[in-house]
Amino acid sequence: MSNPAQRRSTSLAIISTGFVLLWIMVAAAPFLWTLWGSFKVQGDFFSKADWTNALYGVRTIVETGDSFTSNGYYGAWVEHGFGESVINTMIVVVSTVVISLTLGTLGGYALARSGFKYSFWILMLALVFRAMPHITLVSGYLLPFFEWNIWGYIPTTIVVLVAINQPFTLWMLHSFFLNIPKDLDESAMVDGCTRFQAFRHVIIPVMWPGVITTGLFSFLLAYNDFAVTASLLSQENQTMIPKIASFLGTTQVEGNVMFAVAAVVSAMIPLFLLVMFFQRQIVSGLTAGAVKG
Amino acid sequence: MPHRTFFWFIIPSLAAMILFIALPVISVITQSLHVEHEKVLVSSESCGPFGCKQITTIDAAATSELRADQPLGKFSGFDNYTNRNHLAFEEVVLAWKSSESIGAFVEKLLNLPFYKALAFTLTYTFVVTPFVIVLGLAIALGVNALPKFAKGPTIFVSLLPMIVTPLIGSLILFWMIDGDGVIGASIQYIFNDPDLSLKASPSLTWMMLIVYGIWHSAPFSFIVFYAGLQSVPEDTLEAATIDGANRWQRIRYVVVPYMKPLVVFITLMQLMDNFRVLEPIVSFASEASATSLSWIIYKDLTSDTQLFGSAAATSVLTIIGIAILLLPVLFRTWRDFSRTAH
Repeated sequence: MSNPAQRRSTSLAIISTGFVLLWIMVAAAPFLWTLWGSFKVQGDFFSKADWTNALYGVRTIVETGDSFTSNGYYGAWVEHGFGESVINTMIVVVSTVVISLTLGTLGGYALARSGFKYSFWILMLALVFRAMPHITLVSGYLLPFFEWNIWGYIPTTIVVLVAINQPFTLWMLHSFFLNIPKDLDESAMVDGCTRFQAFRHVIIPVMWPGVITTGLFSFLLAYNDFAVTASLLSQENQTMIPKIASFLGTTQVEGNVMFAVAAVVSAMIPLFLLVMFFQRQIVSGLTAGAVKG
Repeated sequence: MPHRTFFWFIIPSLAAMILFIALPVISVITQSLHVEHEKVLVSSESCGPFGCKQITTIDAAATSELRADQPLGKFSGFDNYTNRNHLAFEEVVLAWKSSESIGAFVEKLLNLPFYKALAFTLTYTFVVTPFVIVLGLAIALGVNALPKFAKGPTIFVSLLPMIVTPLIGSLILFWMIDGDGVIGASIQYIFNDPDLSLKASPSLTWMMLIVYGIWHSAPFSFIVFYAGLQSVPEDTLEAATIDGANRWQRIRYVVVPYMKPLVVFITLMQLMDNFRVLEPIVSFASEASATSLSWIIYKDLTSDTQLFGSAAATSVLTIIGIAILLLPVLFRTWRDFSRTAH
């Protein structure tokens, strides 16, 4: 231990651990703070007097008699019907994931198995499409959708989200399919399967990890989307994220910011659970495209 | 795989992309060449006891009929592109002629909505992207050195800022920097200035938006680098140590070269994603001091009188912008591909 090189590396280890701890705080504190504060009244969460009021709930005790209150949640879920938008979100997200994966596995498989030059060009085209800011596409949809009277409905939004999702889904599934040896489907075809049977009965069963990972990212895209859902859904069909955005306008006027805070925390919880259960898949998904270049 | 089979496998996905990504682009281009019909005005003479007056009224029925008849509006050529809300050629020329210094010219330029948005979008993209790469690499190196049991929970926490919906993440930060929020109030206390507001000053708003951007995207580059670090061969690192390389030199000459392709990948993704910045501007309600290209499109589309032509023109300009931004990276990929293909 008297080796000077090792001593230097201990001090370096302290610095690097300290840095990671600092990062953990920066990453987590805002969420914990908001989660805790969502059970307080506005006077505490936005305390003019003392920021520690938000921790102890001084005004909350004065106003409600208890140091925790669920008034924000009551306001958001009961008075403002947040529950309906949660159901809408579930419909949109589940349909988007299922349809995206169905189209994406078929296409990704074809791209991974064909050696033609045009499959490269299709992938490049998908990359270009991936670069398109979503709101620019929305400005292309709106007028035709108004004309055809399909604006505002949930199915329209699902179809649009599936399409916007395709470039990414194709890329990701394509790189997962490349990892599965060609011999597998070829031997199935030698045994008399058609290409589709080989795909359905031989490849898909071993592809589950890749499908689940891609599904997670489709889920996140549909769940987190703001540009498409905010401009393509009518008031009564709104999903959570545009609903929260529309809360902002109304609640700030009425002084009910806590409704929005409660809604934000409610929308955050499913994502936390998702990361908790699927951390490994998310990490492998983020790197799937990268490590292979 | 025969062409026929390939075709049947790819067609659903390709059809979705063509119908809902390629066609909308064409629709955007068409719309950008049109402008909404003006209101139909009717002038009539109304005569009262004190003489006759010429009155101009809006014929609402005729207006809505005309608009329903030709929803696209009337053809206007490149007017949408050159008017004050977009490239504003006349205003730019005027500003150039009337300004004595470059500074005054730039100031006038930034009062024009399109250039204001472009300035913020580009600043955001080119500040956030390098910060995200450096910060991500630093976190990855830090986490890699942690004992095994601590890695899982650290990665869990690190993922949160990226996974949480951008609108929500930026709202959470916005509430904290509010004058009465925890960070905002603390800053007022530290600088002993009760009027100090992060929202009131444009430069502080820009800074907060950029801080949000870095906070939101750093996890992505962290995870990519972290996975990359696992693939750096131990032997090479050991060999470098034996040759007398210190920790810093090992990072600089062994680890960083291994990370090069990852940097290209992260840069590509970050350029795409940062250029479309929209949610934080909505959450921060920062339109007075900072707007982005996506935000002006969003505003045109969601205002009471939807300006499709104007939104479409900005969209086309945005698409051209992202194309220019990505061209170097795409060219590189293409070159690498054709090199490996031959």
